[in-house]
Amino acid sequence: MKLTRDEVQRVAVLARLRLTPKEETQLTEQLNHILAYMEKLAELDTSNIEPFSHEADTVNAFREDRVTNRPDADALLANAPDRDNTFFKVPKIIE
Amino acid sequence: MSLAALTLDDAGKRLRKREFSSLELTEAVFQRIAASDDKIHAYLTIVRDAALEQARQADERLKQDSGISPLLGIPIAVKDNFLTCGLRTTCASKILGEFIPPYDAATVQKLRAAGAVITGKTNLDEFAMGSSVENSAFFPTRNPWNLERIPGGSSGGSAAAVASDQCIAALGTDTGGSIRQPAACCGIVGLKPTYGRVSRYGIVAFASSMDQVGPMTKDVRDAALLLEAIAGYDPGDSTSVNRAVPRYASSLTEPVKGLRLGIPKEYFVAGMQAEVERAVRTAIRELEKSAAAVEEISLPHTEYAVAVYYIVATAEASSNLARYDGMRYGRRAQAKDLTETYMISRDEGFGAEVKRRIMLGTYALSAGYYDAYYLKAQKVRTLIKRDFDEAFKRCDVIVTPTTPTTAFKLGEKTQDPLQMYLSDIYTISINLAGLPALSLPCGFDQDGMPIGLQIIGKPFDESTIFRVAYNYEQATEWHKKRPRIGNR
Repeated sequence: MKLTRDEVQRVAVLARLRLTPKEETQLTEQLNHILAYMEKLAELDTSNIEPFSHEADTVNAFREDRVTNRPDADALLANAPDRDNTFFKVPKIIE
Repeated sequence: MSLAALTLDDAGKRLRKREFSSLELTEAVFQRIAASDDKIHAYLTIVRDAALEQARQADERLKQDSGISPLLGIPIAVKDNFLTCGLRTTCASKILGEFIPPYDAATVQKLRAAGAVITGKTNLDEFAMGSSVENSAFFPTRNPWNLERIPGGSSGGSAAAVASDQCIAALGTDTGGSIRQPAACCGIVGLKPTYGRVSRYGIVAFASSMDQVGPMTKDVRDAALLLEAIAGYDPGDSTSVNRAVPRYASSLTEPVKGLRLGIPKEYFVAGMQAEVERAVRTAIRELEKSAAAVEEISLPHTEYAVAVYYIVATAEASSNLARYDGMRYGRRAQAKDLTETYMISRDEGFGAEVKRRIMLGTYALSAGYYDAYYLKAQKVRTLIKRDFDEAFKRCDVIVTPTTPTTAFKLGEKTQDPLQMYLSDIYTISINLAGLPALSLPCGFDQDGMPIGLQIIGKPFDESTIFRVAYNYEQATEWHKKRPRIGNR
């Protein structure tokens, strides 16, 4: 599979990344180089193999519906780029 | 000898005997930092005043009772991808700006409760993505053994700090080798615990199915002590496992007689530095003397591990890093609409390697490619895991080199991402399979750069790894050698 420059542009939009034309050229080349290496995996027949992620036997972690963190709006909003009273202020999303 | 050169175990014992105070020990560490960090750049943030205050408090606690944590009063450095309440956390990225976490990572909370003194936050590759710290958005860290060389990564700041006595011990994280590879490059001990052994709560997420926190220390006993202090179940991390934490340090001296060591033939291949192979084979012969049986084993899917890893890790990273959108914290660019705000904030905030991995991961997860890349990789991951399951039927631990070469020069691999990825070939399979593995020093090459020996264990069998490592360490002198830097 060969990754085209158009696809790089499409993926950049999906990833919400602005790329310069130079970055597009560079990434198209680098990603193709890396993806060519990954073609290796096609050598293996995995039709009867289940995927694996991790072995930690996770169980549903139910707990009481009760506030356990410090309800300190100022501490939580201290890093916000913009705020209004106890709210995060964000750009308008509906015209 | 400066107090800063002591091990955690030794310093702790002498603190409890009141031979010196935590304040004196902490001051000695800050003297080392002052004398050498302008050359090494191990730290992104140094917190001298807060540390001295914590040391004074530790001295008060030391006066009161003696049945206390081995960490009480010990200066410990923390990698800058652990959230530290009230203390700037950057992940070596510009996108976080001057982020001040409102809470502590679970492991940092454990350090504080034990009375450890936090010296500062150490440098890393941006978002822990890299093998050299050259991807830090601020500055690279240098190897204390040779300032022209990389310290390994991504926990290179922690490794360099431990190696140069800029702390007594440190915490790192390991997603594909990020504790073990820098430990090998800097001649220290580093352990990646079993997935689920240590809470990931409050660690900046990179690849959630592989990220794990671990100790980086001057010797094996220190690693055992530090793991004991940070391991355990945490309701804040749904993948942390509810199993008792063994007393690792008290079983170190148990004999290794009768243990079976597996040596995977696929790990000794073309491309590895001859001196690394020689040192590792000599170490295996040394281990054999303690009457451990040595057997060649096979991990046939080893050659696919790098490809699997860089699909799985980038896919998970692309999802995890979606949260950096400039809305709730970090950098927000001014733009004409919301989408452009996201795109420009992320463009300005992320470095080249992070962008490359987000692109790769987004592509691997995108419609039409998910089965070919992500699902395929997760299936091959099963095969890699099965290789280890089979191997562990025939042996108790697996012994390999940690890295194919010793620390390379700064700039040597920055132009070729794939070459950089291949420096992780011996460490990443372990993360894919969720296993514990430790790196410890086993020699030096002709340029005087340290060589690392990797010991891989069965899930939750860190105890056996520690025993084998301790047995080897006590039979050798490598862990006593320290780089000459600063006023030493």
